[in-house]
Amino acid sequence: MLTVENLAVAYGAINALQDVSFAIPRGGIVTLLGSNGAGKTTTLRTISGLVKPRGGKIFFDGEDITRLPPHRIVQAGLCHVPEGRMVFTNLTVADNLRLGTWRQPDTARTAANRDYVFSIFPRLQERLHQLAGTLSGGEQQMLAIGRALMGNPSFLMLDEPSLGIAPKLVQTIFEKIIEINQRRGITILLVEQNASLALDISSHAYVLESGHILTHGPSTALRADPRLRAAYLGE
Amino acid sequence: MEQILQQLLNGISLGAIYALIALGYTMVYGVLRFINFAHADVFMVGAFLAFFLGQNLPANSIASTILVLLAAMTGCALLGTLIERLAYRPLRSAPTLNVLITAIGVSLLLEYSGQLFLGANPRTFPPVYPSAQLTLGGVILSGNQLLVIGVTAALVLLLQLVIYQTKIGAAMRAVSLNPDAARLVGINVNAVIAFTFALGSALAGAGGVLYAINYPSIDPLMGLMPGLKAFVCAILGGIGNIPGAALGGLILGLVETFVGGSEASTWKDAVAFGLLILILLFRPAGLLGKPLPEKV
Repeated sequence: MLTVENLAVAYGAINALQDVSFAIPRGGIVTLLGSNGAGKTTTLRTISGLVKPRGGKIFFDGEDITRLPPHRIVQAGLCHVPEGRMVFTNLTVADNLRLGTWRQPDTARTAANRDYVFSIFPRLQERLHQLAGTLSGGEQQMLAIGRALMGNPSFLMLDEPSLGIAPKLVQTIFEKIIEINQRRGITILLVEQNASLALDISSHAYVLESGHILTHGPSTALRADPRLRAAYLGE
Repeated sequence: MEQILQQLLNGISLGAIYALIALGYTMVYGVLRFINFAHADVFMVGAFLAFFLGQNLPANSIASTILVLLAAMTGCALLGTLIERLAYRPLRSAPTLNVLITAIGVSLLLEYSGQLFLGANPRTFPPVYPSAQLTLGGVILSGNQLLVIGVTAALVLLLQLVIYQTKIGAAMRAVSLNPDAARLVGINVNAVIAFTFALGSALAGAGGVLYAINYPSIDPLMGLMPGLKAFVCAILGGIGNIPGAALGGLILGLVETFVGGSEASTWKDAVAFGLLILILLFRPAGLLGKPLPEKV
């Protein structure tokens, strides 16, 4: 569904990504692991069009999206929930969700998506008219995911959904991620510091190190890999 | 007492024009974080568009006035988007300083091509608007003041509706807070920026017409002083803050009028700019602006 071929990204003279290739089939949850600065966020930002690559190609549903502007990529059904949530703190929860439908002209579908978002995150409905800036970290993460779902995506990229969130809410959010994947059939690419949690819910994992893919394989196999256990699972 | 009321009225109507121009500065700053120095010249172009159209319309007519206002606003909206498209958009990823210098360049281009094609001599603005006055208990409300205050109030209300009640308004606020996040929800940020320029420039166009009706001698450099004053208003109210720009306009208009009407009348500009310095000393983010942590 999403194919990345030989992706190279540089910030000035510094190479952030080199020769990164992976393919994510429809329907699953795939995770991208790696330490700080390995290039995980850069990979997501490049796929969603915020960063232009120096080389390589990105295909989504068979279409070359490498040079498309971000709003066209969202329109194609690929949504990115960024690190740090980036909700519009100066707008109400309702307006945040409404902006998620910017590229979604179908009002019946929008209403259905809205109902779905409220069904998985009832907290958002309770706080509909509050400014997003007054929500807790966990609630903002729910809003960021809800906002992305309003755009009717077929593919969701989640960057560090557990970052800065109370442990109890992390559990809830990961349950919802699984639900979104299974009930809505949305393919998910997950970037997560909490490698153990990410390997639990994903079927396949890629490991990035210093801007290139170190290894990849089924999550269960990677969990058993002694090198990874030492580096990312702290065992 | 009557005198105070009269000056209050004069001040509000002067401040209203400043506010119209200041709104454009502050809106563009909100989405792009730079001062569009060419904005004052868009104001001048608005006055000239109304000048050329107004000559061919019946004088002393409300209909003519509405027509020149709409024409100047439309023309300026187009000019504003054109400037954004040709001069600022290619610099989207360049440092702010480059954009700022470009803005000064665009400003000079408009001023001096104005002098080249329209001549440097002042021209008399045609009397499109009927002159009349109303006396209310010793206070004279001129037709011009009624027009300025009425049009400004209507436009500011309309702007408020657009920004706080519509989806494009929410998108403008989203872009202003975090352009990348706006891109990620599928907002076409370039389109929102173009729309912001159109809106701000239309307000400047309306300001140009109102100014020309009140001070009916127009020339290609006429935007300089009102533009500078409006810029001060935008800073005074808190740059990027829309109600702040309107408030800044009113304050400056009132201060100028009261000082101008007193014995120290020659000090009016000094007092206006002194006030700016004073407010910035105690509230560096402006009256309604929120101090922002420096981005690292």
